[in-house]
Amino acid sequence: MSEPILEVSGVAKTFVLHLRDGARLPVVSGAGFELFAGECVALGGPSGAGKSSLLKMVYGNYRVDQGAILVRDGDETVDVAHAGPRRLIRLRETAMGYVSQFLRVIPRVSALDVVAEPLIHDGVDRDEALAKARALLARLNLPERLWSLPPATFSGGEQQRVNIARGLIAHRPLLLMDEPTASLDAANRAVVIGLIEEKKRAGVAILGIFHDAEVREAVCDRIIDVTEFAKAA
Amino acid sequence: MTATEQPLLVAEGLSKNYGARIGCRDVSLEVYPGEVLAVVGESGSGKSTLLSLLSTELAPTSGRVSYRLRDGALTDLASLGAAERRLLMRTDWGFVRQNPAEGLRMAVSAGGNVGERLMAVGWRHYGNIREEALDWLGRVEIAGDRIDDDPRAFSGGMRQRLQIARNLVTRPRLVFMDEPTGGLDVSVQARLLDLIRGLVTDLGLAVIIVTHDLAVARLLSHRMVVMRQGRVIETGITDQVLDDPREPYTQLLVSSVLAV
Repeated sequence: MSEPILEVSGVAKTFVLHLRDGARLPVVSGAGFELFAGECVALGGPSGAGKSSLLKMVYGNYRVDQGAILVRDGDETVDVAHAGPRRLIRLRETAMGYVSQFLRVIPRVSALDVVAEPLIHDGVDRDEALAKARALLARLNLPERLWSLPPATFSGGEQQRVNIARGLIAHRPLLLMDEPTASLDAANRAVVIGLIEEKKRAGVAILGIFHDAEVREAVCDRIIDVTEFAKAA
Repeated sequence: MTATEQPLLVAEGLSKNYGARIGCRDVSLEVYPGEVLAVVGESGSGKSTLLSLLSTELAPTSGRVSYRLRDGALTDLASLGAAERRLLMRTDWGFVRQNPAEGLRMAVSAGGNVGERLMAVGWRHYGNIREEALDWLGRVEIAGDRIDDDPRAFSGGMRQRLQIARNLVTRPRLVFMDEPTGGLDVSVQARLLDLIRGLVTDLGLAVIIVTHDLAVARLLSHRMVVMRQGRVIETGITDQVLDDPREPYTQLLVSSVLAV
């Protein structure tokens, strides 16, 4: 087997709440796993087990107290747990994408521009990026009359589809997904399943939280039980 | 961003005392081309003093600020003469102030405010200057027929947009912003933020923005430094500092806002 895209080892994290007299909230300890190109792996376990926190640590959104999170970036390997902020920003631009649970709405920016932005940032021609964004939004059944509007007033399901389109439009070898189908109906869940399968065929490694059993069974190759890491913490 | 890129501005050990009172204590930071760095902290934390030190408006008690001039040499700004520093300020830098009246010439027309910076970099042809000014008024969403009005007749949001046009017309590489959305209505703020965000991306500007508004920092900046009592107490990628603040003071700042 080839080298992993993502290698997590000995990762530990505890939140220290200074405003609550320094209360300590252990999240995970001794977390370790590998992820290879073309596979989709689910983080499993009940709410509060630390699935989202682990995903956010891989993306560098939450800091890591101990251990290493190695992400392959072309010929290099970057340790997210220790990389400087500028290296981490560059890693996000080239090596990993993140589909969060909720869309962070930017005032006055249209859904189409929100979706096309990662491609434009990659240097793709604006017209080509917008054409791809239109195709993706159409596939996700987002009504065309919404494309030119800022998503602030969209429903939860509509925002989530914009978020998915933005997260999937550009190629990143590692894709992190936090409940991408939580607010979607059956038809749109099926579209997302298809999109994830295409990413896997393109060699993308996917790590995600999939509460929906139907989606999980359709796309995931294995499940990592986060409860084991939470027990140790 | 590439691995080999060099910082545009470097501050090393900057301190400033106002008599016995401390404005800034041992601040070191770097700003790279095309990146937005937010300096956050509450009133009196030293963030505005830091901005004045970085832009050489204030001389530090100790420490230094270096800037990569267009010839590629990282140069200690204290080694430049006053005239050279002024030229830098007028051409390669911009400074957007919270109060537009301090950043604009209030008795000069909108077109004149924008054109003046062009003349400072050697533009002489009246028609070209007017055309460029008109273009920039359009980019900041000010109607062309307001070009001969002076900013006293403008609303707060328009004045701020005019100030941005005046600063960006010479295509600076580095722009300092001091609470650019402070004191504006929320709807006006949103429009201004979106405008700044677009221009910063399109022009590849490096920006050092001082704000007490964490939502502004979240929207505009790549990296963030948190200041308290004149010191930098926490730094990192903006979303990391806001979503997983480590220092007690940063946790207090983040938990004190309704939603960012």
